[in-house]
Amino acid sequence: MSITFTLNGALRELPAETPPAMTLLDWLRAAGLTGTKEGCAEGDCGACTVVIEAPDGARAPVNACLMTLGQAHGLALRSVEGLSAPDGAPHPVQAAMLAAEATQCGFCTPGIVMSLYAHARMGGDAHEALAGNLCRCTGYRPILDAVAALPVAEDTAPLCPTTDITALGPPEHRFFLPRSLDEALALRRENPGAWLLAGGTDLGLRFSEHRDNPAAIICLRDVAELRGIAAGPEGFSVGAAEPYAALLDQIADDTDFAALAGLLRRLGSRQIRALGTLGGNLGTASPIGDALPPLLALGARVMLAGADGTREVAIEDFLLGYRRNALAAGEIIARVFIPRPAPGAIFAAEKLSRRHDQDISAIGLSVLLGRDGDVITRARIAHGGCGPMAARAPEAEALLQGAPFTEAQARAAGEALARAITPMDDLRGTAEYRRLAARNLLLRLYWRAARPEAAAEIMALPTPHAPRFIAP
Amino acid sequence: MNAPLAQGAALAHDSALGHVTGRAPFADDVPEAPGMLHGALLLSPVAHGRLGALDVAAARAMPGIVAVLTAQDVPGANDISPSSREVEPLFADGELRHHGQPIALVVGGTRDAALAALAAIKPEIEALPAILSIEDALAAEAYLLPPQEIAVGDAAGAIAAAPMQASGEFRAGGQEHFYLEGQIAIAIPGEDGDIAITSSTQHPTEVQHITARVLGCDFNRITVRCRRMGGGFGGKESNASWVAAAAALAARVTRRPVKLRLSRKADMAATGKRHPFLYRWRAGFDVTGRITGLEAMLAADGGHSLDLTGGVVFRALTHALNCYDVPAVKLRALSLRTNTVSHTAFRGFGGPQGVVLMEDVLRHVAAATGQDMEAVRARNFAGGDNGSKAPYGQALEGDLIRRVYAEAMEDAGWSARRAEIAAFNAQHPFLRRGLGSFVLAFGISFGLMHLNQAGALVHVYADGSIRLNHGGTEMGQGLNIKIAQVVADAFGVPISRIRITPTSTAEVPNTAPTAASTGSDLNGWAAHLAASAIRERMATEAARLWEVPVEVIGFGEGRVFVAKPGDNRAMDFGDLAHRCWVQRISLSATGFYRTPDIHWDAKTMRGEPFFYFSYGAAVVEVVVDTLTGEHRVLRADLVQDCGRSLNPAIDRGQIEGGFVQGLGWLTTESLYWDKEGGQRTLGPSTYKIPGSRDAPPDFRLRLLANAPARADTIFRSKGVGEPPLMLATAVWNALCDATGLTALDLPATPERVLLALEKRRA
Repeated sequence: MSITFTLNGALRELPAETPPAMTLLDWLRAAGLTGTKEGCAEGDCGACTVVIEAPDGARAPVNACLMTLGQAHGLALRSVEGLSAPDGAPHPVQAAMLAAEATQCGFCTPGIVMSLYAHARMGGDAHEALAGNLCRCTGYRPILDAVAALPVAEDTAPLCPTTDITALGPPEHRFFLPRSLDEALALRRENPGAWLLAGGTDLGLRFSEHRDNPAAIICLRDVAELRGIAAGPEGFSVGAAEPYAALLDQIADDTDFAALAGLLRRLGSRQIRALGTLGGNLGTASPIGDALPPLLALGARVMLAGADGTREVAIEDFLLGYRRNALAAGEIIARVFIPRPAPGAIFAAEKLSRRHDQDISAIGLSVLLGRDGDVITRARIAHGGCGPMAARAPEAEALLQGAPFTEAQARAAGEALARAITPMDDLRGTAEYRRLAARNLLLRLYWRAARPEAAAEIMALPTPHAPRFIAP
Repeated sequence: MNAPLAQGAALAHDSALGHVTGRAPFADDVPEAPGMLHGALLLSPVAHGRLGALDVAAARAMPGIVAVLTAQDVPGANDISPSSREVEPLFADGELRHHGQPIALVVGGTRDAALAALAAIKPEIEALPAILSIEDALAAEAYLLPPQEIAVGDAAGAIAAAPMQASGEFRAGGQEHFYLEGQIAIAIPGEDGDIAITSSTQHPTEVQHITARVLGCDFNRITVRCRRMGGGFGGKESNASWVAAAAALAARVTRRPVKLRLSRKADMAATGKRHPFLYRWRAGFDVTGRITGLEAMLAADGGHSLDLTGGVVFRALTHALNCYDVPAVKLRALSLRTNTVSHTAFRGFGGPQGVVLMEDVLRHVAAATGQDMEAVRARNFAGGDNGSKAPYGQALEGDLIRRVYAEAMEDAGWSARRAEIAAFNAQHPFLRRGLGSFVLAFGISFGLMHLNQAGALVHVYADGSIRLNHGGTEMGQGLNIKIAQVVADAFGVPISRIRITPTSTAEVPNTAPTAASTGSDLNGWAAHLAASAIRERMATEAARLWEVPVEVIGFGEGRVFVAKPGDNRAMDFGDLAHRCWVQRISLSATGFYRTPDIHWDAKTMRGEPFFYFSYGAAVVEVVVDTLTGEHRVLRADLVQDCGRSLNPAIDRGQIEGGFVQGLGWLTTESLYWDKEGGQRTLGPSTYKIPGSRDAPPDFRLRLLANAPARADTIFRSKGVGEPPLMLATAVWNALCDATGLTALDLPATPERVLLALEKRRA
């Protein structure tokens, strides 16, 4: 019944009475490992970043504030305390931060160090590596200098504890880690009030901010049928409990899905994508779920598993309203099938937010246009943040379908879209802004098709990190 | 002997290793004392209301709850006002004045127990109509203070007589500090009513004063200590005091150690922010763009209580003309009372809200006269053929204004890039690039005269190691290393001999906050004076030993020597320290400094309130997506005057970080209050400070060379904490340049930009 994980190379077997819904952050700090900080308790600032080390050496940064101890079970974790050499000498990542003079107040620093510890092994874009970490002092320049000077990571083979345990926690706070769909469905039947937990990047707020401690949690992480990505010529079948990071890895170099990959790179941060899942986005059915508009545009299908077997529904039929979906009592979202766009199709997945990285959408707009020469044969347009739920825009689709893609046509479709949606005024934008922006995103799509040589957006202008400092 | 001097050396932050390893402890990281209790705050759910019965019995009866404290439980004054010009309640008493105002403190054995008990308190509340905007407050004439006004000449007459006129109205938003470490205080009761407080505060002395006021005890019972903050930015100048006072009250009542750590949400709901401003102005000018008359109203939303609003508005007013000369002006600054959180100090302290005014004016004048904004800017700089004094009478250095501007323009390659950008804009269907500049003259000193003082305490131990304590606080800005450099030079020892110690009211009393860019100016001098006093005594002893005049005793490279040709006598600094101890010579001294020469007459609104001005200039390039309003900075060229920099590495960090913080204020950081006055931006998921991609990728900075401070500052350096934040104002101008907009409210979010463009299209 004990939660077991490896932390900084040492096996930790927690006392049986430890509540599995306790956040990893709270546990670390109570255990005296105070290098990991609480900055926001909502998974946005990254001061609590720790790293999951996979047996193959892969490293994934996660927010310890959103991760429960139950989810840590069976993993190998590293916190900032586990980086320095036994004699206290800084780890090469820490040395790079020191050399770049990349600290001021130092509160965000351990989290940034951990993100860079993962980045040193996994590589990629520096801003993507830092999107989940806020620094209020430095203005990031020295941190980016440190990223540029990061040493190549040493190979490590972390030891994950082997465990057969699928039920954790004291009797009043059970945390189940079923291995199969049958087990998971049986647990749902036996524990009708249990919370279903996939990555926990949304549900985690119940623990970190609201301090909830439910009687039972069914964590879907280890359900084999809900994991893995099966690639075929028609598209991908993605396990509902597969983290976004895996999906992004799968499509990163697939030109047909370049727009989806671009959107996923802006979905949360690496910390969020290491845990967050498509299943979670679908289950929440929020009108601003980032993944929903592209799934709608691509015509994704959702596989639902229940006691009576599985059924497949088109995503339009799955999303029913504001945070409502077609999941029946006792059902679990098993997989999502994402069809590959037809050859020559235009596919775009847009997101507008106040900040480019790690921000919740004001609106999302995804468009799939099938083409025969100049003529659009098929249009699927889907929006998010423009009404109670992510949905398609049939009026705009009808205007584009069967006509050449011209500026006038794009404008007319944009106007139709703006008329059809019912956005609200809230902190992410006024209804007026959302209407204008939705309209203009269709225009922008036209320009991208018409002027492929021009920069497609502000982030497309090349801007290498190039600081200069002249002191007397 | 030419010993390398520590001053001016680019030494790294003294805690850098602790930062990267996570071993540098913040207040919440210190192991908890046995029996520690934890607090949680009940906050007002309404913006304005009458608070009736407050039954806390149910909460008190919850498991693990030790006390529930309200206004009734305050033994001293329920008043946390930093100015003492009005009562500002610690806990709401009778009236609820803003959404998020503390009503009660629940104290329990664990933080979770305390948080869980909050729901058991059901206060009786009768909601009242609330003033939620500057416009509402203007209409209701709801003032925190009488208007402050600076006038020179006949502004109305000058505007009327000018060949051309223009007017404008715009607004600048507030800004949440978003220090990564939230507010926290730990209070530990001692004997006879003593309380020791660890506080994340920029102002330990005020924490001491306000805690004593709340508890009704002498200041000498309260000791406040701060080793480091996880960021401050002004947010821990006055707001740390009430958090500490609440913790101390709980410690007094329960006789147990109490920690009060605000969640991010509670912190953002209950603590003040940068003041939002509304501006209305009228200007008269000629066809060359020379502005001859200006009338302006600067209206600040001070929130529900006074806090530091008087000072913030004073600074906005004194910086409203920035580095420009207008012969006839009437500047009127209003401090408005609304039912929002009490707005407070934030890096720049009203300066940023002051200096944006003239940018709006210059932009409009450029548009009206059909000129480039840069021509209008240069036409109106103070000095040269124009007047050289600020409207309250203090002289500006027109040569430095022109120098920083010219260097920034040259570094940026303005003219060449203008052409390149025009070519880009002509061919791109919807992206528009633009250039903007900004020039700053920022007055350094506290507006409140008595705060311009500092103390330090230096001990030399008998082994020659040195313990340094001063009244300034470390919030990441690198103050401690700068002061240590000053002391290392005074003794001629390596920096490693200096031990930096936590700020404490027990070691240096009666201090000023670490604020207003004065930290190293004030504390640097105080530490220098303390160290010099000890050095003098040590030199006297060395002179006695070597039978030479004291004037020839030198200190350097960790040694003390006879600085006379042919005389090689020398000894280790530590050996001399030991000798002094044996000879019964005091090796401890305090240092005290007060800024000379500054003065202000509040009746005439004239004086020289600043010891000196810090100058800076920026040129920024942006790109704007005119279909979505999205934008970003592509390049920034900054020139900043640091006098003779005490530490260029630390100053670089302040400048770059300050600029990006200003960029946030002007672009992404948008606070949102709902129609009921509830704040809806209470965490980083909804309130967006800049991320790494938002900083200028091409980020160029030049420290102004050969510009030692003309005032007698410590080693002729200049304060640099706040000025660079304002350099980001160039971003606003660049956005207007890219879009062709003349008016654009701040923060210029993508939404604001797109709506402004749409309005123009219509």
